[in-house]
Amino acid sequence: MLDWLTEPFSQGIMQRALLEIVVLGVVGGALGCWIVLAELSYGAESLAHGMFPGLVAAALAGIPLALGGAAGIVVAALAVALAGRIPGIGGDNGVAVVVTTLFGLGALLALSPDVPPGIQGLLFGDILGTSGGDLLLGAALAAVVVAALRLLHWRLLAVGFDRASARSVGASPLLADAALLVLLAIAVLVAVQGLGNLLVVAVLVAPAAAARLLFRRLLPMMAAAVAIAVVAGLAGLYLSYYAKVAAGAAVAGLMVAAYLLARAGAAVAGRPLRA
Amino acid sequence: MSELAPLVAADGLAVGYGAAPVLSAVAFDLRPGERIGVLGPNGGGKTTLFRALLGELKPLAGTLQLAARCGTVPQTERSRLDFPVSALDVALMGAIAGRPWWRHPGRAERRAARAALDRVGLAELADRSFGELSGGQRQRVLVARALVQDARIVLLDEPFTGLDALSIRRLEELLDELAREGRGVLIATHDVEQARAWDRVLCLNRRQIAFGPPAQTLTLDVLAATYGGSIVTLPAVAGGAEGERLALLPPHHHDHEH
Repeated sequence: MLDWLTEPFSQGIMQRALLEIVVLGVVGGALGCWIVLAELSYGAESLAHGMFPGLVAAALAGIPLALGGAAGIVVAALAVALAGRIPGIGGDNGVAVVVTTLFGLGALLALSPDVPPGIQGLLFGDILGTSGGDLLLGAALAAVVVAALRLLHWRLLAVGFDRASARSVGASPLLADAALLVLLAIAVLVAVQGLGNLLVVAVLVAPAAAARLLFRRLLPMMAAAVAIAVVAGLAGLYLSYYAKVAAGAAVAGLMVAAYLLARAGAAVAGRPLRA
Repeated sequence: MSELAPLVAADGLAVGYGAAPVLSAVAFDLRPGERIGVLGPNGGGKTTLFRALLGELKPLAGTLQLAARCGTVPQTERSRLDFPVSALDVALMGAIAGRPWWRHPGRAERRAARAALDRVGLAELADRSFGELSGGQRQRVLVARALVQDARIVLLDEPFTGLDALSIRRLEELLDELAREGRGVLIATHDVEQARAWDRVLCLNRRQIAFGPPAQTLTLDVLAATYGGSIVTLPAVAGGAEGERLALLPPHHHDHEH
């Protein structure tokens, strides 16, 4: 049994994947709680998809993916902001138009003959391909996100609790929104390496949504979300190793399964359902 | 007139969400220790005035001067009841006002928040989830937040809506206490009879209709102009000194006797 548990992690690839899961779990779980409470899940998904052309362009040009992803996010964010200003479109429609356009552009680039093999890694992630450099960058960005959440905790709490009266206690809703969006962009950048463009939203939403069903205070909820993300991620790695399924998909799938489990558990325990 | 400098002074104030004002010709002052009832129909400008006092809306015309930042007791339905915070957390939010953003509330602030919850009679419920409290208890938690903030001006937006008679009385006593401490209290309400107990009333219906002590100000004409005529005169209670009683007809009539 012990061999069965330790065998996958005898290789460097799997050890790095394990560390990557921990980094992903910490960022996704902690920030995810704010994403879920602020109802920013659609924004998270949009940012992840909107950065796709940036990732493909980076792969084509042979520059680090994180750089391309960062540029892609900035372009997507600007385009969303501009589209929202077109009269008669409205916020959500503007986002949808921009994201579809950018994702289509990325697909067009990705299907060109010059594209190096492994482009599907950008879509579905390549957790087993995590390099030491990816890990270091991910851990550094994760530390930034966690430190910022700690510093901004009370302001975010006051705005999340009641936007209308937040200003009266000295917390600006505008700054809180901006801070959350910047942190979200950083988190997407961290998570896209492991889970790819299409699956990244799973780690940002599912563990936090599950934890919200189980806890009534923010800090326990964040701790639970991190634990759920890491445990589900670890289980995903085992599943991938023994059942020979794609690692990113297994990790994302099990995170969603954890949410369903939490929901069933909450229903059985008679807790009010909130998410 | 009081010698004390006013906490709020508005003159010729007009506010709105675009270029056209929703509320205009507002001129009043709030002095320390004073309770002012803000009366008017839905859409009459009560909430707009509060948003201007909170600095969310800039004056389109006229002046609005504040001697201090306002503490506010918002309508509870706007606060999210499923938000994962305790009563103590909400009271502690008052402690971040005026602090640099990187400094968290510490032990002293926690003590102050517990003391404030004790003052509003909720010491035992400090660790209860905010959303699990009754409507009256939630209002008192929000008053505690304003106390932690040490707000010299306290705004209450329809704080009595949906409360039972006992909760209404407790909240009224709390507001009297705030005023006795020298705070200025502005209370938006639908209940004209309730406002008669306060120091002055401000009647709004897209513009200022009247401002002054309730006994002189709340005449039939003023009430008709404020509420657009949906007013009836009730026969005087036997032996009553007032001579007659006024009552509002629906849709603006709010029944508190649940």
